Amino acid sequence: MSIRILYFARYREALDQDQETVELSADMHTLADLRQALLSRGDAWQVLTDPRLCCSRNQTLCQLDEPINDLDEIAFFPMVTGG
Amino acid sequence: MMTSQIQQAAFDVGQHMQAMHTNHDIGAIVSFVGHVRSHCADGQIDELFLEHYPGMTEASLAQIEATARSKWPLLGVDIVHRYGALKPGDAIVFVAVASAHRQAAFDAANYIMDILKTQAPFWKREKRNGQAHWVESRDSDLTAAQRWL
Repeated sequence: MSIRILYFARYREALDQDQETVELSADMHTLADLRQALLSRGDAWQVLTDPRLCCSRNQTLCQLDEPINDLDEIAFFPMVTGG
Repeated sequence: MMTSQIQQAAFDVGQHMQAMHTNHDIGAIVSFVGHVRSHCADGQIDELFLEHYPGMTEASLAQIEATARSKWPLLGVDIVHRYGALKPGDAIVFVAVASAHRQAAFDAANYIMDILKTQAPFWKREKRNGQAHWVESRDSDLTAAQRWL
């Protein structure tokens, strides 16, 4: 069970990577669980505590309580500023 | 005509406007063009860089367009959004909406821009005095989008 995670804009810069593949562990059911696991990696990852953090699952905006499944494409990004 | 496109290249507003007038049932065409400003509250802008999420951006614009069509009787929608490096004065975004009467076209154009600004995955980075800064989202944009939800 693995998922792809993408990071954009200032999160991408702070984490110095734009994507990675992560093995899903048995206790990772939602995006909130995934974020919690990422936060435990260290200081740089605290960028994901941003109160305005946005996320998507398979290219659709969602909330942190969204469930994760095998092969999902998850993305974390700051609030959008296009237009 | 219902299209949305993401591109790096500049676009010709006149050409896009002309292409909107596809038939004589169209009585109103409303358009919006967003440009890069040369100044912001923190100083002079030398360059604006737009990052986006390839794949999701296209899906997001198509969804916004589809929702606009379900809310108003539209005869045409055209959305163009650029990404990459832009200079002050450059056009960033173009939205045009055609309908039989003006109110639907005004409202739908307004709706599309409000939702695009808060949902389409684009991020702006300004270069000021040689330094790059990510642009922060604005509460006023969120408030503008919420009135449609």
